[in-house]
Amino acid sequence: MELLAFGKTGWGDELFIATLMTLAVSITAILIGFLFALIFTPLKLSKNKILNLIANCYTTVIRGVPELLVIYLFFFGGSGAVMYVASIFGYNDYIEINAFITGSFAIGIISGAYSTEVFRGAIQSIDKGQFEASKVLGLKKPIHFFKVIMPQMLRLAIPNLSNVWQITLKDTSLISVTGLVEIMRQSYIAAGSTRDPLFFYSFAAVLYLLLTFLSMKFINRLEIKYSKGY
Amino acid sequence: MNIIKKFSLGLLISLFLTISANADKIRIGTEGAYPPWNSKDASGKLIGFEVELAWTLCRYIGQQCEIVEQDWDGMIPALIMRKFDAIMAGMSITAERQKAISFSQGYADEVASLAVMKGSDLEGITTSEGINLTKKTGAVKKDLKTLTSALAGKTVCTQTATIHQNFLESGDVGKINVRTYKTQDEVNLDLASGRCDVALAAAVAFTDYAEKSGKPVVLVGPTFSGGAFGNGVGVGIRKDDTELLKAFNKAIDKARKNGDISRIATKWFGFDASM
Amino acid sequence: MISSFPKLLNATLITLKLLSVSLIVGLILGILFSIMRINKNLIINKLAYGYSYFFRGTPLLVQIFIIYFGLGQLEFIRSSFLWIFLKEPYWCAIIAFSLNTGAYTSEILRSAFETIKPGLIEAGKSLGIQSKIIFFKIQIPIAIRQSLPAYGNEIILMLKGTSLASTVTLMDLTGVAKYIISTTFKPIEVFIVAGGIYLFLTFLIHNLIKFLEKKYSF
Repeated sequence: MELLAFGKTGWGDELFIATLMTLAVSITAILIGFLFALIFTPLKLSKNKILNLIANCYTTVIRGVPELLVIYLFFFGGSGAVMYVASIFGYNDYIEINAFITGSFAIGIISGAYSTEVFRGAIQSIDKGQFEASKVLGLKKPIHFFKVIMPQMLRLAIPNLSNVWQITLKDTSLISVTGLVEIMRQSYIAAGSTRDPLFFYSFAAVLYLLLTFLSMKFINRLEIKYSKGY
Repeated sequence: MNIIKKFSLGLLISLFLTISANADKIRIGTEGAYPPWNSKDASGKLIGFEVELAWTLCRYIGQQCEIVEQDWDGMIPALIMRKFDAIMAGMSITAERQKAISFSQGYADEVASLAVMKGSDLEGITTSEGINLTKKTGAVKKDLKTLTSALAGKTVCTQTATIHQNFLESGDVGKINVRTYKTQDEVNLDLASGRCDVALAAAVAFTDYAEKSGKPVVLVGPTFSGGAFGNGVGVGIRKDDTELLKAFNKAIDKARKNGDISRIATKWFGFDASM
Repeated sequence: MISSFPKLLNATLITLKLLSVSLIVGLILGILFSIMRINKNLIINKLAYGYSYFFRGTPLLVQIFIIYFGLGQLEFIRSSFLWIFLKEPYWCAIIAFSLNTGAYTSEILRSAFETIKPGLIEAGKSLGIQSKIIFFKIQIPIAIRQSLPAYGNEIILMLKGTSLASTVTLMDLTGVAKYIISTTFKPIEVFIVAGGIYLFLTFLIHNLIKFLEKKYSF
């Protein structure tokens, strides 16, 4: 137990902060993912073949390549890509992107591919009559989308989004390779330093279980709230 | 929608805040998992010979420094991608690495050795004290032959992308079963657990582990130098960064003259490994 | 770069071997635990639930580290017969992957069992067919057909999961890619080639499942 002490001698405070970091990265990543889904879901449903192809490429490639490779690509290529874009605008100095942003974006893009599929499925399962009803009522397109489709889509999507959340939360364990100190990285360091891997990796498992357990409780509440009136 | 709007705004702001060009600071990459060269303590702080030496060298250069942690297997790519400006991570100067990056003059000597757990049949091998692979004399060849037959059929473990791996795969000790790990900590764990019959690394990495863990790890065979083992440990720097290379070379000269390197080396290794 | 391609293809075989062995063991575990999940005995039920909760609630990386580095640390495991398997990185990876995919498979099969219309089982009973035979000849085939799309996804997730074998010294596709990078120092190019190979495998699995779905559609 002294291994988990807070302060200079133990790893308790480090692991606590690392848990918060895991949570922060997961939340940032899933929100970035929603942003991507917001862009790519309409493309997926679009009748334009090219837009369709772009969206399909995104979801197929991201969901077909190991997360670890996506993260490595981001880690090694991220700064380079940003610097390249900046150089077009005439900015040639080195640009540092911190580990948090790199990690959140890498996981966010992965998470976004799954979210896109969930949103697409949800929209497609909305009754076709609704679209026609809006037309008959003469609702403008944006109003139709935000007031009629979005609320229903969200309700239909919540159960599957909780899966996406779980995937995202667990994927953050892989960004330890970029040097961001989250649960996995901290356990790795502690295991190396104390030569007690069994204890620290088991403890990491407990922390992840705790996070999934608590977040599922929270999502269940949301689900109940949003399914009211149906 | 409101949440998404707020979030994207916040994201943009945080992006711009983190895109800060650190032109004035020298960033030094180290591994933090290769004690006593570099490691981390229980408060998560980087410590070790190279960490202390890095601060000293920066003082001589007269510039602010920042030490950045980087996994060993991505060390050179990360330097090339400008994640940091210099490597101080027990990295030996080898011809292979010099194709990709430049090195300062050496600041310390890394003595490599094989290690086994007490009771291993490899404890009985007799070779000379140390062999230099640059000049393959008759005595060296004889020792390599002894090692070849001793290592045959054994699982030999070492850290990935190291001079030790290069040596084991060079064919100097025949075709052997090499297993590579991400960190030396992992090599030590598997040597102690028995998954590895024998391991190869800097001798100090094993003695440090034996001392801290109380595990009966013993060094066997000769110490290695030259050839695949390179010419000492130096600071790795990007090829086009000639100014920084000069600055580090000068700083190492000063630190050596003032006795800093030997003092810090003795503190962390227990003997003077400076060069 | 081109010279490293054969090495990567060779490593792909190891990836496929890890995948297929884990899937077979995982499927057996999945069937076993899904049957436990639909059992009315509370203890058996909770046991299976606990298993699937743990393996679905924690990252695969943590699981593989506990099995490889964690268990290897214990003296009594090292002196038991288990060490024959746990000593080898290959078997540690297989154990971790199988337990992980077994947990997901058991959930997929359980929900498939639950969606089988009770009428089908009653029809069998009224025809005087033994409940054992109903289970093996009616329930299991229907459940497997029902779960094909979800199981296809699981296979692809597992293919990606095998990339973690490289963290316990195995030279699978990702492991060899990292090895090539350590000698060429060109991470982006190598990862793109390796990613392409994974993508191709995903494509094959995806189409295989589509084909099976068509073949066994009702």
